[in-house]
Amino acid sequence: MSVQTLLYIGGRLVKGAAVLLVIAIFNFFLIRMAPGDPAQVLAGEAGATDAIFLQQLREQFGLDQPLYYQLWIYVSNLMQFDMGITYRQQMPVFDLIMERMPATLLLTGAAFFLSLLLGILAGVVAAAKHRRWPDSVITVAALIFYATPLFWLAMMAALFFSVYLEWLPSFGMQTVGENLTGWQKISDIGLHLILPASTLGLFFTAVYARMTRTSMIETSRLDFVKTAKAKGMKPSRVTTHHVLRNALLPVVTLAGLQAGQLIGGAVLTETVFAWPGIGRLMFEALFQRDYNLLLGVFFVSSAMVVLFNLITDVIYCVVDPRIELSK
Amino acid sequence: MKKIILGAVIACLPFTSSIYAQSQPQDGGTINVVVQPEPPSLMIGMYSNATTQQVGGNIFEGLMRYDKDLNPHPLLATAWENSEDGKTWTFHLKEGVLWHDGQPFTSADVVFSIDKLLRETNARLRGSLAFVDSITAPDDYTVVFQLKQPFGPFIRLFEVGTTPMLPKHIYEGTDYKLNPANHHPIGTGPFVFKEWKKGSFIHLAKNENYHVKGLPHIDELYWHVIPDAASRSVAFETGKIDVLPGGSVENFDVPRLTELDNTCVTTDGWEFFSPHAWLWLNNRQGPTADKRFRQAVMYAMDREFAKSVLWNDYGKIAKGPIGSKTTFFDKALPDYEYNPEKAKALLKEMSYDGTPVRLMAMPYGETWQRWTEVIKQNLEEVGIKTQIVSTDVAGWNQKIADWDYDISFTYLYQYGDPALGVSRTYLSSNIAKGSPWNNAEGYVNKQVDEWFNEAAVAFPDSKRADLYSKIQHQIVEDVPVAWLMELEFPTIYNCKVQNLVDSAIGVNDAFGTAWIKQ
Repeated sequence: MSVQTLLYIGGRLVKGAAVLLVIAIFNFFLIRMAPGDPAQVLAGEAGATDAIFLQQLREQFGLDQPLYYQLWIYVSNLMQFDMGITYRQQMPVFDLIMERMPATLLLTGAAFFLSLLLGILAGVVAAAKHRRWPDSVITVAALIFYATPLFWLAMMAALFFSVYLEWLPSFGMQTVGENLTGWQKISDIGLHLILPASTLGLFFTAVYARMTRTSMIETSRLDFVKTAKAKGMKPSRVTTHHVLRNALLPVVTLAGLQAGQLIGGAVLTETVFAWPGIGRLMFEALFQRDYNLLLGVFFVSSAMVVLFNLITDVIYCVVDPRIELSK
Repeated sequence: MKKIILGAVIACLPFTSSIYAQSQPQDGGTINVVVQPEPPSLMIGMYSNATTQQVGGNIFEGLMRYDKDLNPHPLLATAWENSEDGKTWTFHLKEGVLWHDGQPFTSADVVFSIDKLLRETNARLRGSLAFVDSITAPDDYTVVFQLKQPFGPFIRLFEVGTTPMLPKHIYEGTDYKLNPANHHPIGTGPFVFKEWKKGSFIHLAKNENYHVKGLPHIDELYWHVIPDAASRSVAFETGKIDVLPGGSVENFDVPRLTELDNTCVTTDGWEFFSPHAWLWLNNRQGPTADKRFRQAVMYAMDREFAKSVLWNDYGKIAKGPIGSKTTFFDKALPDYEYNPEKAKALLKEMSYDGTPVRLMAMPYGETWQRWTEVIKQNLEEVGIKTQIVSTDVAGWNQKIADWDYDISFTYLYQYGDPALGVSRTYLSSNIAKGSPWNNAEGYVNKQVDEWFNEAAVAFPDSKRADLYSKIQHQIVEDVPVAWLMELEFPTIYNCKVQNLVDSAIGVNDAFGTAWIKQ
């Protein structure tokens, strides 16, 4: 990597850190605009409480302090990489996020690669068989998966594969209480992963398939493809080395966007399949007004978006050497 | 001093065999239960959230258990006596009880738990402790409560959710909220804490040194966190879940699930809580400030319809402020039957000008959403313009607490005695902005206040009954809130689980006595 590239990456990282700080402050005010507070929600689940208890909770959470002071505490802690304590579980936010991170990465990562692989494959096939039946089948299927609400698809998959066929588990990440180890454990997790990863992946598969197909068809009409064909190159090689490589750029852009969401997780999929990931953590924190936890998840996810945008830009150069990184 | 012996007769028998004799229980097995929502903590002394009680009630214990008629039975206390003037209660503790870490349980733990820890952390008990003058331990296995005046509900304070026994040797002198034992609870109960994988499951295992011989029968207990209601139903259908505690699936799934093979259902185990649902009516402003309008709301509601369609006919139409399973319920209360004509007449009499009222839905799932729609339709049929307002749990709490509503829903527990779970909603001394669980409707009736305060400390019970009758008749006339139903949440479970619910708090302390038919 050239010095110029490294300088570029360094500059982007500095800018990214500034962006993150602004986002954190913005989020801080944003979630406090929602009505209610964590003390009331926590006490509310108890069904009975008094003013003393609410006051105790607010003092414990530091919510009795003026807002500017809370912000100051939050930002200065954040500068030292301390995200605070969750109100509800009384655990360090960072620990809780890290505890949930592997489950989320496994799910979103599996869905990501699955959709990228299947989507590009389907797109290439559809483009190659343009206006013939495989193209129609793929286009229609992609449209259906694109338009179907994820939670409905998830429920139907659970009903069919878990209740009716009894092939796959319907909830959780592993079989609880069997203390599996080694390969047994891996295959157990794999089995639990199939339904959530494929429902989550289907939507993006559809997106990638449509994107790849369109891009492939457009590219295959360009002059350099004609040249490649004219010099007698095998059609399959033309497709993979000339058309596909050029057609991939928009797909990479989109994949970068999806990758940015990897940490944010998949709220719906995680909820329906009781997958213990970060999306659910965030969703629950929102309803429980667990400010620290919510801000922590927001922070980690926005950091990921910034990071993956950078990675996407670097990958552009690899896919298309004509693109240069510069300020 | 002559004393009344209450508990000693049945003291030597374990709770179950005395009441629900069944076929010979078998040892062993695992039970999988749903827990929704995931509790914030299992430390039952500091969190009284419903699911904290559900799981924690199997780790911790109170001095007593209560049967479905709310009679106390021995658990950590083997016997108790009340002095003739009703002001001194003496409790005799069970000997040979060990905490999960092996330390002995003694009267020092009882005094510490109630006088120190719970007085500081448990809002619900704090109110009742105002009636207690002193708590002392003359010896290791005796505790004496000296009351300022006789306090009728005293004997119903000792279930595990209200007054759990907590280990003094772990908590004394520490910051209770930050004690590491909160993450690894230590109780005296039939199950010991093993593991909590946040977002997935909580694992409890049999307490091998449990103080009741032969119990528990179950080896392992798993509480699964499944956030989606439909997925909870599916998990039960696939057989991965054995027990769905009341309220953990949507009502419209209940008929389908109860018809599955090998599926049992019970509405028992809610007697102590007796969840009572009503509509908050803002007594301060707008049309709802007029008594005739509030009565019109009562006549306008087709509660039978809601009960059969939304609640699958589980539950009972509420007649007034006190639930029919709670002590001192007056059977002779007048009825507000479904009568739109009467409602229209009342509205005409007060010359209601068509001012629209806001009806705030309760964000507790589909059933409540639909109930809101039913009420809206009922009200509009008699000419009350109604706008539905939607919000989430935090917003709903806040709006009720700030009195920023016209009509909204709630349901609260009765805790076995009107002085514990009913008076809080109607006492004018309990009007304070900032909490959605007090007299949030703003009802003020000095006569009712007086009666309530008298009834809490009247002695003996017959005097209390008279006062509560007067109260009920007056409140039913005033309609400070519009009572909907006494809710029943069916617990759905695999029939292989035997003797699941055998106390007035249901699944909250069920698994110590439950067993699995092999």
